[in-house]
Amino acid sequence: MVHENWNGFVAGNWQKEINVRDFIQTNYRPYTGDHSFLAEATERTNALMKKVQELFAKERQKGGVLDIDTNTVSSLTSYVPGFVDRENELIVGLQTDMPLKRGVNPFGGIRMVRNACAAYGYQLSDTVEKEFRFRTTHNDGVFRAYTDEMRLARKTHVITGLPDAYGRGRIIGDYRRVALYGVDRLIEEKKKDKQALSDVTFSQDEIRLNEELYQQIAFLGNLKEMAFMYGYDISKPAANTREAIQWTYFAYLAAIKEQNGAAMSLGRVSTFFDIYIERDLENGTITEAEAQELLDDFVIKLRLARHLRTPEYNELFGGDPMWITESVGGMGEDGRTLVTKSSFRILNTLYTLGSSPEPNLTVLWSNSLPEGFKKFCAKVSVDTDSIQYENDDVMRPSYGDDYAIACCVSAMKVGKQMQFFGARCNLAKLLLIAINGGYDTVSGMKIGPQMPPLEGDTLDYDTVMARFDIYLKWLSRLYVNTMNIIHYMHDKYAYEKIQMALHDTNVDRFMAFGIAGLSVVADSFSAIKYATVRPIKDENGYISDFITVGDFPKYGNDDDRVDLIARDLTYKTITELRKTPTYRNAIHTLSVLTITSNVMYGKHTGATPDGRKAGEAFAPGANPMHNRESNGALASLNSVAKIRYEDCRDGISNTFSITPETLGRTDTDRVDNLVSILDGYFAKRAHHINVNVLNRETLMKAYENPEAYPNLTIRVSGYAVNFNKLSREQQREVISRTFHEVL
Amino acid sequence: MNRSPVTGHVHSIQTLGTLDGPGVRFVVFAQGCPLRCGCCHNPDTWNPSAGTEISAQELVHRAMRYREYFRRDGGITLSGGEPLLQARFATALFEECHKMRINTCLDTSGCILNDEVKHLLTHTDRVLLDIKYPTDALYRAHVGCGIVQPLRFLQYLNQQNIPTTLRQVIIPTLNDTEESIDFLSLLAEERSCIDTVELLPFRKLCTAKYERMGIPFPMAEIEEPTQDLMERLQSRLRNPKKKK
Repeated sequence: MVHENWNGFVAGNWQKEINVRDFIQTNYRPYTGDHSFLAEATERTNALMKKVQELFAKERQKGGVLDIDTNTVSSLTSYVPGFVDRENELIVGLQTDMPLKRGVNPFGGIRMVRNACAAYGYQLSDTVEKEFRFRTTHNDGVFRAYTDEMRLARKTHVITGLPDAYGRGRIIGDYRRVALYGVDRLIEEKKKDKQALSDVTFSQDEIRLNEELYQQIAFLGNLKEMAFMYGYDISKPAANTREAIQWTYFAYLAAIKEQNGAAMSLGRVSTFFDIYIERDLENGTITEAEAQELLDDFVIKLRLARHLRTPEYNELFGGDPMWITESVGGMGEDGRTLVTKSSFRILNTLYTLGSSPEPNLTVLWSNSLPEGFKKFCAKVSVDTDSIQYENDDVMRPSYGDDYAIACCVSAMKVGKQMQFFGARCNLAKLLLIAINGGYDTVSGMKIGPQMPPLEGDTLDYDTVMARFDIYLKWLSRLYVNTMNIIHYMHDKYAYEKIQMALHDTNVDRFMAFGIAGLSVVADSFSAIKYATVRPIKDENGYISDFITVGDFPKYGNDDDRVDLIARDLTYKTITELRKTPTYRNAIHTLSVLTITSNVMYGKHTGATPDGRKAGEAFAPGANPMHNRESNGALASLNSVAKIRYEDCRDGISNTFSITPETLGRTDTDRVDNLVSILDGYFAKRAHHINVNVLNRETLMKAYENPEAYPNLTIRVSGYAVNFNKLSREQQREVISRTFHEVL
Repeated sequence: MNRSPVTGHVHSIQTLGTLDGPGVRFVVFAQGCPLRCGCCHNPDTWNPSAGTEISAQELVHRAMRYREYFRRDGGITLSGGEPLLQARFATALFEECHKMRINTCLDTSGCILNDEVKHLLTHTDRVLLDIKYPTDALYRAHVGCGIVQPLRFLQYLNQQNIPTTLRQVIIPTLNDTEESIDFLSLLAEERSCIDTVELLPFRKLCTAKYERMGIPFPMAEIEEPTQDLMERLQSRLRNPKKKK
């Protein structure tokens, strides 16, 4: 089956089977030069972007939500086509009929939708309320099956942020498939897969898969119809760059119309697009400026994507993020770099359109990346604070060379692997519950195995560790079981039809667990071991505070005495989690990532033995606690690099803030030094880093005077945000973090 | 022969140094200084018996944990305090660094030049030499030694052909003059070992340190230089860059 729209491409297996990786490998052109070829924004782009900026300003003025369509349940074809500026758009398609108007998506849970509408002064329409009165949502299903203990774990915040009231997200459809093959071919292949199921013995797994395939096929049909409403026939492969981008975008758009998952990531599209761009450049049907313009227009659409959230949700995931993560760069398994000119072009959108948190541009860093690309990335970081870096050299051995990042740090093979997202448990709180023998001093509730609080004037390391192990074992089992219920129900009531249609029929699944408070617990154990920690009991005999006398090694100073405690904690946690089987035989993974929830986790956690006060924010992700580093930035990076990726296959997030003056005297020095830092950090087998090059003063000014800094973008844990979209509390926490600076 | 490890007194370590020598550097601040510069940023490094005692070997062992970050240009920088006060320790440190192929950089006032220091310089890849003022009078008033010491030190660096960066902290009213800049330009022209001249702005972030230590900050009344002034002086400077 060779389609005429493939003329000019090198033939291969990709024509015989659905295999985008093979298409890329046989057709892409690595680029090892610098950024001098890049074009600037065209007048058309500037004019369109001006309109978009005006819309953003209106949205801000209206308190963060421009408008809500409370009458229509969001799906692929439920809105009439929407445009920003119909005559001047190159890539079309909006989630609803108007830009920035948010749809309602009650499949994950209607209560959340109702509350979100109310929070912004709207009321969910009777039509939708009625429609869902007789429908079971994901949220309904989960709460029917939750045990008392699961509810208690949620209530005490020892496990928080579970995706039990909205879409789970973190699934990346292989949106490129639509461009390369056209929808008809994808339907045909899915039908074959469904046909192949007729010979098997039908037990629960097969029945479920069979029904899922039915839904996938139906939604591929809806996808075609959605595009048709915009005047496009996407049943056949894309014929040129513009179509390739448009087809891919339609597929992504369908996903965000259908699902309101926390993270709706894009995948790895830029090098894929590059093949079309190179073909068109060669044919003389496109110029460099036009190529950039098409990518710019695509990115503008991504920047307009929105979901409707509640204020409680924003507390966990501040800044109204979508995590439209695009993975850029990396190396191929054959040793050729996957960097193409379009890797530069997609990063260039931060100049042509200005800096922005979305899409979440994620550079897959390898020491073997071409120098020109490394320097360009570093320059983009210094100029915009909008990109993050993840270690391709540690991920490639597990995921090959066509994986992408979902959300912040979760790697998966595009179209071949998916994950069950599972938020995180609070290890610091668990430590306090363990010390108190199953009592949470913050909520005043009993939870977990019951035993007396620890006795004695001082805390003994081995005793506390033994206690902690008992409670970790208890929590791990509870955590896996809770996740099993959530994902069973999500599959049942809110299955991702279009996204899974853009996966192979048989996929690998991960179940992604997480921990918060790693540095707090590591430092607490270090304090117990190397200093003297005296527990203070309250009137009920529970330990509610500590007096810590003497110095102790602190995580973040490249000191093995404490860094290895942190490493062991992650190893222990994943080992315990693995003991309980998962729904659909998912592979257990662990992340050390908090998004912005480190503030909220801290709020719900009492004083800890490391000297952290009750209610004080945790450090984000795997970061050392604020202002405990005394040997400079690289020591801090080395500490984080000791956490092993093998134990934390769902990612280890580190957010690094440095003042420009500390990074070097001149712009050239800053870029060179940042490249050295990234090369060094990743050579240490570290996994992830967010880079901010800015002064605390800038943030303080933006805090006092938000209007003057409408586009100030900063990296937080695993993603970027518009600083002004964070809550005041989250902003204060960001300001109080360690900024590496020269004194 | 006695092979007991050579130890020194170290004030602190900065694992990410980007301002003291080329590339990314592991900067060791040596404890102890014979000078009392009015603009001194680190009065806590003066007392030679304070600080942490550490062996050269242990220090290199620690620096080695950062070698992945050094790439082509980076390495170790020994600053202070005045590292020349502990020349034997500094030599052992740099010798050990060279065994491990770590580039070495010495940040100094150039106030001591004896056989031990000369030995140290055989293991030094680059010197960052502070030329604080253009005249002997200013040196005597605000440093505590004559100008002849650093100049003699520079002459020796030139003889040995050790790559050198000249540095001057620009202190308004004292050395923010065209004469002072021209003096640096002249030195750079005369001494072929100098490939870079850096002007650094005088900063008063250290005021709190002086207060904590209960000693007066001699330059408390002097203003920090404006960016404008720095740019003006910079443009007057005839930087020898790229001369090789």
